[in-house]
Amino acid sequence: MFAHTNPSAVEPAAVQSLGIDCGYGGEPLIKDLSFSVKRGEIFFVIGGSGCGKSTLLRHLIGLNRPTRGDVRFFGRSFLDADAAHRREFLKTFGVLYQGGALWSSLTLMENICLPLEEYTTLNSSERQELAAFKLSQVGLAGYEGYFPSEISGGMKKRAGLARALALDPAIVFFDEPSAGLDPITSRKLDELILQIRDLLGTTCVVVSHELDSIFGIADRVLMLDKQARGQIALGDPRALALGSEDPRVREFLGRNARPGENGFDSV
Amino acid sequence: MPHLVSPPVASPCEASVRMELTGSEMRVTLGGIWRVTAEKPDWSPAKLVAKPVGLHIVLGSDLNEWDSSLLLFIHEMRSWAEGAGVRCELSHLPEGIQAMLLQFTQACEKSRPSERTETFVATVGLAAADVWVKTREIAHFLGECVLSAGFLVKNPQKFRVRDCLEEIQQCGAMSLPIVSLISLLVGLIMAYQSAILMRQFGADIYVADAVGLVMVRELGSMMTAFILAGRTGAAFAATLGNMRANDEIDALETLGIRAVDFLVLPRLVALGLMMPLLALYANFLGILGGMVVSLGLLDIPPAAYWVQTMSAIDLSDVATGVIKAGAYGVLVGLAGCHRGLQAERSAVGVGRAATSAVVMGLLLIIIADAIFAVAFNVFGL
Repeated sequence: MFAHTNPSAVEPAAVQSLGIDCGYGGEPLIKDLSFSVKRGEIFFVIGGSGCGKSTLLRHLIGLNRPTRGDVRFFGRSFLDADAAHRREFLKTFGVLYQGGALWSSLTLMENICLPLEEYTTLNSSERQELAAFKLSQVGLAGYEGYFPSEISGGMKKRAGLARALALDPAIVFFDEPSAGLDPITSRKLDELILQIRDLLGTTCVVVSHELDSIFGIADRVLMLDKQARGQIALGDPRALALGSEDPRVREFLGRNARPGENGFDSV
Repeated sequence: MPHLVSPPVASPCEASVRMELTGSEMRVTLGGIWRVTAEKPDWSPAKLVAKPVGLHIVLGSDLNEWDSSLLLFIHEMRSWAEGAGVRCELSHLPEGIQAMLLQFTQACEKSRPSERTETFVATVGLAAADVWVKTREIAHFLGECVLSAGFLVKNPQKFRVRDCLEEIQQCGAMSLPIVSLISLLVGLIMAYQSAILMRQFGADIYVADAVGLVMVRELGSMMTAFILAGRTGAAFAATLGNMRANDEIDALETLGIRAVDFLVLPRLVALGLMMPLLALYANFLGILGGMVVSLGLLDIPPAAYWVQTMSAIDLSDVATGVIKAGAYGVLVGLAGCHRGLQAERSAVGVGRAATSAVVMGLLLIIIADAIFAVAFNVFGL
């Protein structure tokens, strides 16, 4: 349809992590982690609770600074960017936080208009039209005037996604998109992620441990482990579930542990 | 794969709009890179030399990337065309874009602006009804607290002594610095103001009477109550409001533990116990402040000032202050806990709860003070 003519032969990775150490002071939770996410890929970061998935996400999106290594978006360093360039980076990605993280004092419409106000030259009515469109894309048409406290958890998440997509970012980060949602809503959200990728070519980086989502929409998964302090597997989830040599990976993806077989690991 | 979005590139992204007029038909070709974060292409109906009969919108071969800004542009153009009576032809656009445009139009039509203002009469009516509802709520809450107190007297082992001690530490010991500073300053100010007046009549020594009586009977307890309403009442509301937002209150209820027994009573007891002690302390510091001013400004020796103060106030004066302080403590605690338990489950809700806890606390203090003034007068205290 509208083939994107790329001048360079080798396209830089949308998201690239180069040997980063993540943690909150003291011993890092993740050590020397390197991976890259291709443009238009749906990339899952998986692993058991406490393995550092959300920590990794916080370090990728700049909420925390890795103590070592570099994070690059489309081949350019995000960490070394000065204040002006940092703003350029910030508008190239959107983040869907776990609970939606909608600003509770603003209506849904205002929530979505805020990034537009900050980063575009659109006037008020254009912003509102665009916000209404974004809300209808996530199935929330007609809820423009609602406050976040007046809608359900699933709706908050969808509104959060509409806000994350407000600037049509090249990359969207999702923090546990299906946590706390019923299977149907969760599947719909997965479909929405697929749709956004197919329609807009958006790169999606998803932190999750929902097997249905992982097998349903992930192109590749990166599995983290607490003991290993980093990556223990990377690749197609279906192939990993069958062919991984690491029992931890097979166990996680195969869900073949019987109740009571190994119990909780003592922390 | 279509690309609507793209990474940040160094080259400027320009959207282009080309218009060719053939006869009365206008052909609009959209090309370049369309990005919502970039400047909009410079086009307006005013730029048209002659109004065409038909408008054909097509995508140029040089259209590289696009996002919502393209949809917005086509939407605006079409809206203008509809308004100006120009036929707008979109059938040359790819199906995907047509479908998205349809969704765009529907969304704009369905969009409901957040118009929630009421008429003046309705606002006044709702506010009046709200006062009634709030009064009932407070009465209900007070009743619950009394029942809970009765229950805890019968079952003292259910009382959360540890929580109560922690609150005593928080609202008692931790308030000492601010209570000290404020009551000392109040004493100083009062002595200074009355010294100017009294000196004109040669009644210098009566500064001690004025400061002593006012501090002990009125200001000691009231200033302390004001400080604790701002400090502790707001903290109670914020803590309980957050607990409510976090479902912790519900968790208590489903465990068969009443939130009032578990959370409110320890706090009320802590404040009810600490407020009189703090008020006594405030009385003392206020008198000390008066003493400092008298020594510096009026050359009254501290011993004389103290003797005069002791002759001016008697135990019943101190008692009225202490009784009032105890009542204020309970009221401030009630306001804080009540607002906290009623808080909306959001960040804004918690903030509002803290604000309204302070306002309600102050209001209750003043109302109680008026009632005490009348009651003490009747009983001759």
